[in-house]
Amino acid sequence: MTAAATPEFEVANERNKRRRGLFMALPAYLYLILFFALPLIIVVVYSFATRNRFGGTDLSGWNLEAYAKLGEPIVRDILFRSLWLAILTTIICLLFAYPFAYFLATRSQIVRNLMLVFVMIPFWSNFLVRNYAWRVLLGNDGPVSRLTENIGLGETTILFTPTAVVLGLVYGFLPFMILPLYASIERMDWSLIEASRDLGATGIQTFRNVTFPLSLPGVIAGSILVFIPSLGAYVTPEILGGAKTTLLGSYIVTQFLTARNWPVGASVSTVLMVVMLAATLVYFRKGGRTL
Amino acid sequence: MAGNAQQLRGNTRWVLSLNAVLVYVFFYAPIALLILYSFSDDQLVGRWGGFTLDWYRAFGQNDEVQNALSVSIRVALISTLLSVVLGTMAALSLERFRFRGNRIFDALLYLPVIIPDVTMAVMMLIFFTSLDDIIGLQVTKGFTTITLSHVAFSISFVSIVVRARLAGMSETLEEAAQDLYASRWQAFRFVTLPLILPGIVGGALLALTLSLDDVVITQFVAGPGSTTLPVYVFGLIRRGVSPLINAVSVVMLAASVLLVVLSLVAQRARGGSVT
Repeated sequence: MTAAATPEFEVANERNKRRRGLFMALPAYLYLILFFALPLIIVVVYSFATRNRFGGTDLSGWNLEAYAKLGEPIVRDILFRSLWLAILTTIICLLFAYPFAYFLATRSQIVRNLMLVFVMIPFWSNFLVRNYAWRVLLGNDGPVSRLTENIGLGETTILFTPTAVVLGLVYGFLPFMILPLYASIERMDWSLIEASRDLGATGIQTFRNVTFPLSLPGVIAGSILVFIPSLGAYVTPEILGGAKTTLLGSYIVTQFLTARNWPVGASVSTVLMVVMLAATLVYFRKGGRTL
Repeated sequence: MAGNAQQLRGNTRWVLSLNAVLVYVFFYAPIALLILYSFSDDQLVGRWGGFTLDWYRAFGQNDEVQNALSVSIRVALISTLLSVVLGTMAALSLERFRFRGNRIFDALLYLPVIIPDVTMAVMMLIFFTSLDDIIGLQVTKGFTTITLSHVAFSISFVSIVVRARLAGMSETLEEAAQDLYASRWQAFRFVTLPLILPGIVGGALLALTLSLDDVVITQFVAGPGSTTLPVYVFGLIRRGVSPLINAVSVVMLAASVLLVVLSLVAQRARGGSVT
């Protein structure tokens, strides 16, 4: 738009348009400032506050004690366990999702759409219910246990262990890995793969040097989409994990609802938030366009 | 991409097919078994003891479940309505206008999508509590706080879906309408709105699903006597499994599947209409 012809009219028009834009944005803008940005700032403020003897929080005498607590062995163990399980979940999802997405991308259009619909259904289904299904399956007298007993492997006792938690997380977040991987493999330049084969590269060489690097944005996007919710998971470990598998999410909730140590809960939440933001920045830089 | 199909050969093809079958079995077997057991006449949750509808009858007669269900539905409808209006306006403002602070707004709009449930739950809890501590405004936790929190995360999802729709549309049709002397409102009502409607419907269905699914945030802002169905069920599960939970779960599952089907239909309309 050049303002050369009728500058005054154009300028007034432009100003008018800006005002209308702001006016339209305003309701959601104000809502998010009040019910999102402000609460977020308050959490960060609380993380520097002090817990008083009655389980309340004194908003004075600002200090870093709540953060120092992150270095204590109990909290550190929880932190490392959460990280480890989130990484493990991401790797397992990648191992199953990559070949799946590759297969999907090589089907005909009709088959592909149909297969995608059946990935979308679990993606949209109630998360709590999907975790509960595993609780039923893995239970003491559940079908999985009876199956392993019948074929002579003995009772299955993975319920309430980290294995069950990882299983639940993979079950919950596998679609998050499949969809961006599929998107990036599908739009790959397939002639490069043909060229690689024509030039005498083996299948494995082609995969390592051509296919995989080309699909890297999808790998990064999918990994972050699985890693982030796994790290902050609360429902899955509560339903499928046991007392020995406390993860970050449960730890935060306990600090608020039972232990009543809000500054510590707030500091762990703040750390979690910073990790997420960092991961998201990577996502937008490296693979954000694939979703 | 017509040539893709020829890329797979021999063993690779078999391994990949097998993997795909495994993934689908993994996705659907647990759900299928849960549905099956919800009709099982046995006190144990994971065993088949003949067909019965008793657990569904118990679902219908349990006052606490019914109460939680009604709270869930009311919260979902109201929060969806609010977030669709706010989210659509936000999407229009960002796709069609440049204004002071639009980039900050854009970033603020993305944050609720990124932030983990637990962190958002903590935020809302401290916020509603400190309203009392700081400005002396007593907030009773319950229906209102749940709805306000759900709107806070749904706005973003609605605006992302509507923006995706708007991004693929040129402004020429709206400009043509205005050139033909349609007022701004008429141009919106008869040109823009019909074009973005599939996006709005898709966003609304996503908001409904998210509201009906949420456990963590709701648990933090729910009050005694007013809690949603997922939070109530989550409490039950923590005390132990029961055939009643099986039945409630299947009802919740059916609701989500219905919403997926509707959203796929909306998406189809999205793909097929004028751009």
